[in-house]
Amino acid sequence: MMLKIKRVPTVVSNYQKDEADEGRRAGGCGRNCLNKCCISGAKLPLYAFKKQNNSSGDKGFSGHEKQEAPVAFLDSLLLGEWEDRMQKGLFRYDVTACETKVIPGQFGFIAQLNEGRHLKKRPTEFRVDKVLQPFDGSKFNFTKVGQEEVLFQFEASEDGEVQFHPNAPIDVENSPSVVAINVSPIEYGHVLLIPRILESLPQRIDRESFLLALHMAAEAGNPYFRLGYNSLGAFATINHLHFQAYYLAVTFPIEKAPTKKITSLDVGVKISELLNYPVRGLVFEGGNTLEDLSNSVSDACICLQENNIPYNVLISDCGKRIFLLPQCYAEKQALGEVRAELLDTQVNPAVWEISGHMVLKRREDYDEASDENAWKLLAEVSLSEERFQEVNTLIFGAIACGGDDGNANLLEDPDVKPHSHEEVNAINKSSRHAILSGTQECLVLQ
Amino acid sequence: MESESGLLEQSINSRYSLWVQEALNELPDSFTVTDPYISGQPIVFASKGFLKMMGYSKTEVIGRNGRIFQGPGTCRRSVMEIREAIREERGIQINLVNYRRDGTPFWMLFHMCPVFSKEDGRVIHFVAVQVPILRKPRRRNGVGLVYEEESRVNESVYGSCRREVCSDSLVDLGSALSLECALDDADNRGLEIEETCEASELEKQRAASSMNNILSVLTHYSELTGRLVCGKRCNLTGVGLLSSSLNISLGRIKQSFVLTDPHLPDMPIVYASEAFFKLTGYARHEVMGRNCRFLSGEDTDSSATYRIKESVQNEKACTVRILNYRKDKSSFWNLLHVSPIRNASGKIAYFVGVQMEEACKNQDGHGLSPEMRQLSAVGAVRIAVRSLSMGAGTSKS
Repeated sequence: MMLKIKRVPTVVSNYQKDEADEGRRAGGCGRNCLNKCCISGAKLPLYAFKKQNNSSGDKGFSGHEKQEAPVAFLDSLLLGEWEDRMQKGLFRYDVTACETKVIPGQFGFIAQLNEGRHLKKRPTEFRVDKVLQPFDGSKFNFTKVGQEEVLFQFEASEDGEVQFHPNAPIDVENSPSVVAINVSPIEYGHVLLIPRILESLPQRIDRESFLLALHMAAEAGNPYFRLGYNSLGAFATINHLHFQAYYLAVTFPIEKAPTKKITSLDVGVKISELLNYPVRGLVFEGGNTLEDLSNSVSDACICLQENNIPYNVLISDCGKRIFLLPQCYAEKQALGEVRAELLDTQVNPAVWEISGHMVLKRREDYDEASDENAWKLLAEVSLSEERFQEVNTLIFGAIACGGDDGNANLLEDPDVKPHSHEEVNAINKSSRHAILSGTQECLVLQ
Repeated sequence: MESESGLLEQSINSRYSLWVQEALNELPDSFTVTDPYISGQPIVFASKGFLKMMGYSKTEVIGRNGRIFQGPGTCRRSVMEIREAIREERGIQINLVNYRRDGTPFWMLFHMCPVFSKEDGRVIHFVAVQVPILRKPRRRNGVGLVYEEESRVNESVYGSCRREVCSDSLVDLGSALSLECALDDADNRGLEIEETCEASELEKQRAASSMNNILSVLTHYSELTGRLVCGKRCNLTGVGLLSSSLNISLGRIKQSFVLTDPHLPDMPIVYASEAFFKLTGYARHEVMGRNCRFLSGEDTDSSATYRIKESVQNEKACTVRILNYRKDKSSFWNLLHVSPIRNASGKIAYFVGVQMEEACKNQDGHGLSPEMRQLSAVGAVRIAVRSLSMGAGTSKS
């Protein structure tokens, strides 16, 4: 059995529309894209961040000074480049002209009416029962975007100091990671971080890429600039490794949710469980170094995707708090278990919706938006308590036992193993047993 | 022109008279006052009790943001809650880990309240009372029991709600930096702090009564200047006034810019940045409420002003090279960028004008071109205006 849902794919690039039109490669494809045909001689700004060793980018006790720094460089660069593209008219609509509000109520869900985002695109079938799928170069991917949609290159600095080159050549050998605009923004500054774009990686978390995303959050130094990740089966529409990010100077409901500590890892990472929130999930905080925090989350993500469990990730508070949310909405939708009234809203509960920022397509849904409606939708996204605990057991097993070697091997593995639904369940069961026995020796007990 | 320290002093004195500082210092409580209308929401007053408790001198604290007292052991969610309260201009009482100057963490009850202008209902200041929590927290294991008695009798209180601190590790910043790791596991890294701590009813009452005392001093002394304040928002009549939270956000933007309100007669300036005052030589009160045309002079080309007018009428962005004049009559070429700014309803709420002195154009600040910095200011203004007009508690809602 193959599970599929039909949905309108989001147009993230102006070059996505002519997907079928692939016949003009020789001598440059004429679109000034990032592929081999056009990239030679191309230049882009390059921002190289300083690798930090201390916890979450703090500088000593007055570490939170960071926000006060006279120049939040990455922040300014991103905003300036984005505004430039806005004034050049590269976006499909002016997102600041879309109505938005905080829904009155206990949780502070945020609603936006966005009638333009999903126009002019036919619903497409998406397979939702495979979290890992091989990269398919024939489908739209980010190497096909126009260079004008790319804002800058983003990488770790060689010499440990922040560097900026307004006009750096694109070094194909060096696997550049880039930040590009999303031409269908859901808020101001909506961008995509595409790690090692030319390597054509499928949508799949690995330690290096996740650390890059965390660095971006820390480097921007703005608590209202958050990064998000959707796995396949959890409403990612493009199978080319990417994170999303945008600005919204409002606290998300998920950030306000109370938490209960589950455990602390010996690298200082604290893991808690969300309480009183419609979607069950984990919160990762702390860590002796940014990398410790990053690795713990990546290992959890790797565990989920290896076990074919769709999930979303929110990187919040300048990279200091990370929310991990396994979900099952698309699966329910494919199995016909989601109520028609929810489906009618056509809201796809990806990372932003799960965090409490609801992008609505119909005026009536916007006008009637309420805590209750938002909760109803998100409750469908969440795993059951029982399943969530099972998944947690898998995750904790993987984090506690997954040393550098084990996971590194897994993520280097280029093969994507296709599992049918039944097979996956069987694998889940068996791996759970294996990991449970490991838990006793590896998990840090309180 | 307002100097930085003058601005901080003015914040208190112009509202509550020169004598208020003395009266506030007579209070035994530990508290700070911050001004949301100054860039960075700095501390403009810190009580003697506060300085003593934190181990800072007055000059080290005035002008800084309260977050300098936070550290790795401070709960991020609590920080977020305080940020929310400031944004929503309401009071909050929350337990928080703060750090003394020497790096020692301790639990305290943080009680913050806005102070409103009686005249127009806007927030003038935030007062934050800090009561150290003396009571021993719930413990899951037997570690740290030694502390209980000691902290009850010790009024210096810094160590309460924290495990024993090795004296030589106080200066060991290295271990303190990675404090999160020391929070839960039992290996003693020196600086350790309990993960949760509940203030007692007594402490909560103490914070509330301190707050009342402070508010009554402020209210009383505001009568001397005739610029009355109160602890409860009475009325909100200030047409065209920006909420304090919008001011805080705009205050972070370093470029020279003004916001004008096209819905008010003659499109007056409703916000001007610190850099604008620096660039033009005018003070805040000389600028607010006026139309931007005072920057023009006899040699200003009328076609430039016409182009600005046109772009405002068409609700379009434009960049214009225009000759402007400072307060001292000296002129400069301004590469002015004007753009409409929409609020959360998607309607144009303001126009932003970002100035750029042509003479400084080629100065390589830090690698970002001046044009890019100009655009980044526009972006930051868009986010602030849009996000802070979204309702749920802001002044404008």
